[in-house]
Amino acid sequence: MSRTVTTQRKMITTAAAWTIGLVIFFPIYWTILTSFKTEAQAINDPPLFFAFDWTLENYALVQERSDYMKFLWNSVIIAGGSTILGILVAIPAAWSMAFVPSRRTKDILLWMLSTKMLPAVGVLYPISLIFVEFNLLDTRGGLVVVLMLINLPIIVWMLYTYFKEIPGEILEAARMDGATLKEEILYVLTPMAIPGIASTILLNFILAWNEAFWTLNLTAANAAPLTAFIASYSSPEGLFFAKLSAASTMAITPILILGWFSQKQLVRGLTFGAVK
Amino acid sequence: MATKASRSAARFMIAPAVVLLLGWMLVPLIMTLWFSFTKYLPLRGDSIDRGLDWVGFANYGRFLSSSSFWPSVQTTLVMVGGVLLITLVLGILLAILLDQPMWGQGVVRILVIAPFFVMPTVSALVWKNMLMDPVNGIFAHLWRFFGAEPVAWLQDASLSSIIMIVSWQWLPFATLILLTAIQSLDSEQLEAAEMDGAPVLKRFWHIVLPHLARAITIVVLIQTIFLLSIFAEIFVTTGGAFGTRTLTYLIFQRVIDSQNIGLGSAGGVYAIILANIVAIFLMRIVGKNLDA
Repeated sequence: MSRTVTTQRKMITTAAAWTIGLVIFFPIYWTILTSFKTEAQAINDPPLFFAFDWTLENYALVQERSDYMKFLWNSVIIAGGSTILGILVAIPAAWSMAFVPSRRTKDILLWMLSTKMLPAVGVLYPISLIFVEFNLLDTRGGLVVVLMLINLPIIVWMLYTYFKEIPGEILEAARMDGATLKEEILYVLTPMAIPGIASTILLNFILAWNEAFWTLNLTAANAAPLTAFIASYSSPEGLFFAKLSAASTMAITPILILGWFSQKQLVRGLTFGAVK
Repeated sequence: MATKASRSAARFMIAPAVVLLLGWMLVPLIMTLWFSFTKYLPLRGDSIDRGLDWVGFANYGRFLSSSSFWPSVQTTLVMVGGVLLITLVLGILLAILLDQPMWGQGVVRILVIAPFFVMPTVSALVWKNMLMDPVNGIFAHLWRFFGAEPVAWLQDASLSSIIMIVSWQWLPFATLILLTAIQSLDSEQLEAAEMDGAPVLKRFWHIVLPHLARAITIVVLIQTIFLLSIFAEIFVTTGGAFGTRTLTYLIFQRVIDSQNIGLGSAGGVYAIILANIVAIFLMRIVGKNLDA
């Protein structure tokens, strides 16, 4: 007898799983819903679930009040820039560690990971001083570099675990056919590595987008990304639930969608290949 | 095999990543170490250009003996421990549930995983206002509906509230990793045990849990690293008030609010040591799983 699942049991599991799923998702759902209410409806008692006048005015208000687009643009530049820069530095490193391993490869990988453990707050002041010294404070360039550095270990690791799975024989065959190192990378390795590189980009873009220590502490008016834009709502100003909701929805929607696509990579990337 | 030329090329290609990370690690670390042995109060005119006074281990002693130090360590441990406990227990249960056959598994998984992608400032603010606000929050509505007095969550149960928020953010991660591990469990073994009449709890204890051991360790260690440096959630909700000042936040206040760089740096060194103790364990486990 194989494990037959009765319809009844399946129904119970389904009901339980959906209930829990909806409870976990509720804060996000509620935020999105509230963003379409008026401020008065947002705090209505009892809470309104459907019967309210759907409005887009909060989105208009948020955008016009706090120049949302500028923060969004900063987020895109900082998350995108740091990811691309990180990928450019990491690809050669991961490539050589995966295909030309030496006795020290393992140590280098573990050491890279260990830099990730350095508590940011322990080095906040030195970094600020360096930023002041090089006029990087409140610039996107400075944050691109810092976020690239904090995510570099993860990028290297992810690429390394992906590259490891590319069969080495193919590279050897290419070498036998007289391919130079450059050709090997460009025409043999890259096409096979593209899916792995894409996942790495995706996950690191998400991590950089949501990073909320350096982005809060090293920016002011010019380079502040969405994390800081939202933090400015931490002191309440009269009725603001609907506006807060609209701003929050605008800040999380793009990344939520990207995140849903990258569930599998999340496991792989953040466990450094240790759980498959 | 790899030629000599490709070996030196490999070294050349690793170099940028290594040099960058080495600089990123060493430069601020050395500066923090240096500051931690000096009197450095920028608001009173101390600056590197004018030379800092060497004070030996005074900052380390003062940081340890300050009345906020031990409470902050305790808060840190309670927070990290609480979040780990909640995310692990619920994560295991949820992973087992999601592994069962059901309708719409993909959608449920998407719902469950969503909080992980919400940026910390947003989730902290949404919880603080939309859910936990003592007057207009959903919880307050719920409490009043059942005739109870609404709770001022972030004042009267501040630490538990923050643990709740952070657990909500990390439950998806724990669940996803545990689910991935459960899916690789050999179902024949479970079926055999079921046929032999082993009760559910016994099957869980002797087959499922041991199989999850590695995944659980990974969850514990990775979450610990991130949880030790929780910042935005506290910054946005309580600002370290009402007994929610963790070691990270205490150091942040010393450095930024009081502008006492020497003292804050000494605290930073303590935090680095603490993180390294955790890191050593993580390295060992990840290192074992690596066949480089």
